[in-house]
Amino acid sequence: MNKKEYKKYSEERAKKSPLFSNCIKAFLCGGAICTLGQLLKNAYEALGISEESVKMLVPVTLIFAAVLLSGLGIFDKIAKHTGAGTLVPITGFANAVVSPALDTKNEGWVLGVGAKIFTISGPVILYGMLSGAIYGIIYWIVKVI
Amino acid sequence: MRKDIIKFKNPPSIISRASVVGNKEHQGPFGGKYDMYDETDRFGMPTWEQSEGEMQRQALNLAMKKAQLKAEDIDAIFAGDLINQCTSSSYGLLDFDIPYFGLYGACSTCAQALLLSSMTVSSGSFENCAAVTSSHNCSAERQFRFPLEYGSQRPPTAQWTATASGAFIVSSKGKGPYIVEAMGGISTDMGINDANNMGAAMAPAAISTLSRYFTVTGTKPADFDKIITGDLGFEGYSIVIDIMEKQGYDMRPVYTDCGLVIYDREAQDMHAGGSGCGCSAALMAANFLEEIERGILNDVLFIGTGALLSQMSVQQGLSIPGIAHLVRIRREI
Amino acid sequence: MEYLNAFWVGGVFCVIAQILIDKTKLTPARILVGYVTSGVLLSALGIYPPLVKYAQCGATVPLTGFGYSIAKGVEKAVDQYGLIGALTGGFTACAAGIAAALIFGYIAALIFNGRPK
Repeated sequence: MNKKEYKKYSEERAKKSPLFSNCIKAFLCGGAICTLGQLLKNAYEALGISEESVKMLVPVTLIFAAVLLSGLGIFDKIAKHTGAGTLVPITGFANAVVSPALDTKNEGWVLGVGAKIFTISGPVILYGMLSGAIYGIIYWIVKVI
Repeated sequence: MRKDIIKFKNPPSIISRASVVGNKEHQGPFGGKYDMYDETDRFGMPTWEQSEGEMQRQALNLAMKKAQLKAEDIDAIFAGDLINQCTSSSYGLLDFDIPYFGLYGACSTCAQALLLSSMTVSSGSFENCAAVTSSHNCSAERQFRFPLEYGSQRPPTAQWTATASGAFIVSSKGKGPYIVEAMGGISTDMGINDANNMGAAMAPAAISTLSRYFTVTGTKPADFDKIITGDLGFEGYSIVIDIMEKQGYDMRPVYTDCGLVIYDREAQDMHAGGSGCGCSAALMAANFLEEIERGILNDVLFIGTGALLSQMSVQQGLSIPGIAHLVRIRREI
Repeated sequence: MEYLNAFWVGGVFCVIAQILIDKTKLTPARILVGYVTSGVLLSALGIYPPLVKYAQCGATVPLTGFGYSIAKGVEKAVDQYGLIGALTGGFTACAAGIAAALIFGYIAALIFNGRPK
């Protein structure tokens, strides 16, 4: 067997992730988190908070919940089952920020926590801003023309 | 011509052994056999890397105590772990005041340390040599994968780094179990670059070492009471059986793998099984060597298998080379 | 009705990511990066805003919604300040989310420790 054949052989025989049940769990959990977001949104609006503030408060509340669950050691136990259902909503971003922070205290508060807090979330922020800036330039050009 | 097999003229004995494990390993099928465990996995230390070093310290300490040896009696330590630059071994074994050699062979380190100890003891350079290895799930997760609280999903082919340590004293004076032969592994890269399927990455190295050994010695699997690899997990284990069968060797009746058996894979949700330098070390110390001493097993091949990857090599997309060192252990010479 | 829309649209976003994870071995970090940039792209193409209108939190809570906020913020800032808005708009729009994650994360690090899986 050469390398290519071996790779194919090992991939074919490798036990596959249970795609269907994973997708169901991801769908239910992701849907539930978004519905919770909707509940929060309606509740905040009912309290008479301005639309602009509610837009910020909803993600902030979900982030708070995800950070708290991560700190208590519950988030990873749930995410093990729900996969993308917890990763894709803003909760996944929050977990990506808090988990390296919790883990790197022993390496110091500046180069440990301070730097590593961005290990997973940094790329998200970077590419979000980069694509935003590119769009901004295009938007500006189109507008000027 | 290369000397493939080292046949020891004066086979050294493993006169003492000790194992220290974490909580999940204690809850596993061999839970009652390990010498020590800590259900917090912390071993009283502030960082996971130090916890791992402490496991090595306790394991060696206990192995020396069992053999009634003091630090002055040990000529050298061969030790290794998975953490950057083998720091868990270096720090954990610092206080013994024994000449120290740090090794890196990933999960093969236990076999590598036994092999080197045997060579130095058998040649007469040393009288008593210690082989110590460890791995810790928390320190390995931190270094190779994700932060502990990160919510990731492990694929079914992934292996679980065992929180475990094993220490062995290899001596020129002793009444067995004897290390009678050894064979150094050749690193083998078959192009697997999925760090979540290390069993598939390491299996070709195990197959290379096994078939080289069978060819050179003219033996076959059935000549041994047990052939133990550590740690290929379910994926690697089944690949070894399949490919060895195609080469004409029936491994099934005598073959087992430390990663495959260290946990109850279903009940403990361990996917493909265990891995790490401590997995095979603890199981050899706690179970297989005991079975040899009790006469349940008489002639055993132990093949330590390691995946020689780093976080950097994975990020750079390099494929994962595997290595497999072999030692043959007999109850009598 | 708006709950149902939020539920299924949000669920579908997660299912797409789950298929990507299981089938392509993309790491979670790459999925998140992909989702944010797709959010920006889909908003720029005008596809995302109607979806936000239809599904509300079903479209804003997934990470694509993060990209949507960035795109909206950039548009607003460019309208207001010209070209420099391309630089400021994104951060302004997600300031609350990013700051919340960082600050809560830091506070969590003060209180909690990582524990064995």
